Amino acid sequence: MSLPTQTGFDFHKVDSILEANSYEKSKLIAILQQVQEEFRYLPLDVLTYIGTKIEGLSPATVYGVATFYAQFSLEPKGKFEIKVCDGTACHVRGSMPVLNAIKARLNLKDGFFTTDDGLFSVETVSCLGACGLAPVVVINGKVYPQMTSDAIKIVIDTIINEEKEA
Amino acid sequence: MTDKKTLIINGKEVEFTNEPNLLEVIRKAGFKVPTFCYRPDLTQFGACRMCVVEVEYPNGRVMINSSCTMPPEAGIKVKTNTERIRRIRKTVLELLLANHDRECTTCEKSGNCELQEYAHEYGIKDIKYVEKRKDAYLPIDDSNPSIVRDPNKCILCGACVRACSEFQGHSVLGFANRGSKTVVQPIAGKSLASVDCVFCGQCQAVCPTGALTIKSDVETAWSLVNNPEIKTAVQIAPSVRVALGEMFGLKPGENTIGLIYAALKEIGFDLVFDTNFSADLTIMEEAHEFVQRLSENKDLPLFTSCCPAWVRYLETQHPDMLNHLSSCKSPQGMLSPVLKELVPQNFEGITKENLKVVSIMPCTAKKVEARRAQLIKDGKPETDVVLTTQELGKMIKAAGIDFDTLEPAKADSPFGGYTGAGTIFGASGGVAEAAVRTAYTFATGEELSNVDITPLRGVDKGSRTKDAEVDIKGTKVKIRVVSTLKEAEKSIKEIKNGTADFQLLEVMACPGGCINGGGQPRSCDDIHIKEERAQGLYKEDRELPVRKSHQNPDIKKLYAEYLEAPGSHKAHELLHTTYSDKFTGSYKDLVKH
Repeated sequence: MSLPTQTGFDFHKVDSILEANSYEKSKLIAILQQVQEEFRYLPLDVLTYIGTKIEGLSPATVYGVATFYAQFSLEPKGKFEIKVCDGTACHVRGSMPVLNAIKARLNLKDGFFTTDDGLFSVETVSCLGACGLAPVVVINGKVYPQMTSDAIKIVIDTIINEEKEA
Repeated sequence: MTDKKTLIINGKEVEFTNEPNLLEVIRKAGFKVPTFCYRPDLTQFGACRMCVVEVEYPNGRVMINSSCTMPPEAGIKVKTNTERIRRIRKTVLELLLANHDRECTTCEKSGNCELQEYAHEYGIKDIKYVEKRKDAYLPIDDSNPSIVRDPNKCILCGACVRACSEFQGHSVLGFANRGSKTVVQPIAGKSLASVDCVFCGQCQAVCPTGALTIKSDVETAWSLVNNPEIKTAVQIAPSVRVALGEMFGLKPGENTIGLIYAALKEIGFDLVFDTNFSADLTIMEEAHEFVQRLSENKDLPLFTSCCPAWVRYLETQHPDMLNHLSSCKSPQGMLSPVLKELVPQNFEGITKENLKVVSIMPCTAKKVEARRAQLIKDGKPETDVVLTTQELGKMIKAAGIDFDTLEPAKADSPFGGYTGAGTIFGASGGVAEAAVRTAYTFATGEELSNVDITPLRGVDKGSRTKDAEVDIKGTKVKIRVVSTLKEAEKSIKEIKNGTADFQLLEVMACPGGCINGGGQPRSCDDIHIKEERAQGLYKEDRELPVRKSHQNPDIKKLYAEYLEAPGSHKAHELLHTTYSDKFTGSYKDLVKH
């Protein structure tokens, strides 16, 4: 069995995720989460593939679910996913200056969320439930509390330097 | 004690039994309640909130409920048109209209649009909400020959999404995004032509607005009719005759074929023929093919091939089963090449070059069928223009013809005479029934005495899969009839897993068959219209002197003078076609292993 490679995706990985979820329609969200973990986003061809493989679903239906939830991204995300909390507490304690500092440091223009080199992607999220530490930034699951414009620059510089050395 | 349950609607006591929702009870009692998203043949959705009513419970509590999602309850008091209700409905309309492309006059649905109708009825004059900016409009998809999708006229009632999923099991259309950005579209906003749409047009048939419309070929038809250099021949499909009258205030099921012939001549078509004639021709070829396959026990069950949506479905979803599909062209596909070949020989002043064929179909998929590569000969399509029943109705209106006072006319000879077998092609089960009437004779040399195969009849929701057994002189032949592709898929599964026990499978993609096709006048709000149209066809079948295709004198003559015999070389050249798994751009490409 050889799967098409013109899209550059390894459909075997999708197959094993589908297999693990026994091709169940009701497990679609879990499947999409696992696929996103694997590819760091939900490629359109993979959504089509899932919609065709699971009985009772269609590509348009899967696409509908993927575009409904904010947790899913149809665009490639960076190797480092920066989540800036913009819940009420973080917002009043200055999350927007932090976000602007990140965008400036990464040279991200308005409307762009992933750096050209694919290293970083930035998004704002609603409350992370860590209001006592506001404003909070989470990078690949690691929490950076009480951020300021200066502090976040140091964090990003450190990551960039580590990546260069690696 | 009685088990009769009653409730009060607008002060009137009303009995109810097993109605699925309050809205049906209200409508049965004769009160009008507007809705966009409620379609009796589809699941209840409760999206549009137009059908809200005031409900007073026995304990005195008063609630505003959407009547389409509420089961009827004994003892409640319902008011359908209070000031509060009117205000809610007006707000719903204003909100919908604020986001709506209100270029009504140039809209294909104008005059037949529920949004327009209710806005008028509820006296919407100005809209207090900010209008959607023109630069936020989404692109219109008119990339296929049959359906136009204009997302700027969509009110997100979801009727099309449910029709695609519940009728065809296909879900080409789905909701995408969230909140104010929600749209109904094929995956990622692709065009209908680039996904596995079969163009049955049921999405468009249930759409209350101009978001999904039939792609009109009316202007092309006029340009042919009005061109003195061109001679036009027109053919009318079986189910058009029992539905067109509805556009002129006649009852569903009323057979207006004489008036249609007259109107077509009035419009200016040079020759008027009938697709019922070629339905008889289809039966000659298909019954021959069926008997042959039965005797060879090859490629059974035989699938009927009249429905272009079904053919496309098989080509895109189950190309491994194309060997089952009858090689017969559809009746539209058969008559056009016959006309192009033989009309020039029979009529003066008409040549192969100046003859154009227009067909009137209940179907949107026929427009796509006419553009199939297999049905284009020397660069020219065999059927030049396909109009739907609705488009013909518009032409008749535009021509200023007073339809119901016309003097009924006759079709031209020799491709206009038909039998009862040809006419029942329009209802689910009709093709199989007609095929059996002739196959019996082909197999045994004798005539079938009782031609009514009633188990194959019925067009309501409960009759989407029908089975019958026919005894052909000792040989039992089992017949399966399905309508909707969702039901067809179940039969395909049976064949694939070896449990299928039938030799003939008739499929029509529209629920109830062509009488309820995507090109027919609006029938989605009343489940009885299908039945009445079907009865119109069966009535004509009963009344016609000849009810078997092989006894049609014109058909006999055609074989004697030209086609020789069913299945002959000449018949194959003109009347049979091929299929292929060549549809690219389908998501099936991704999973071809």
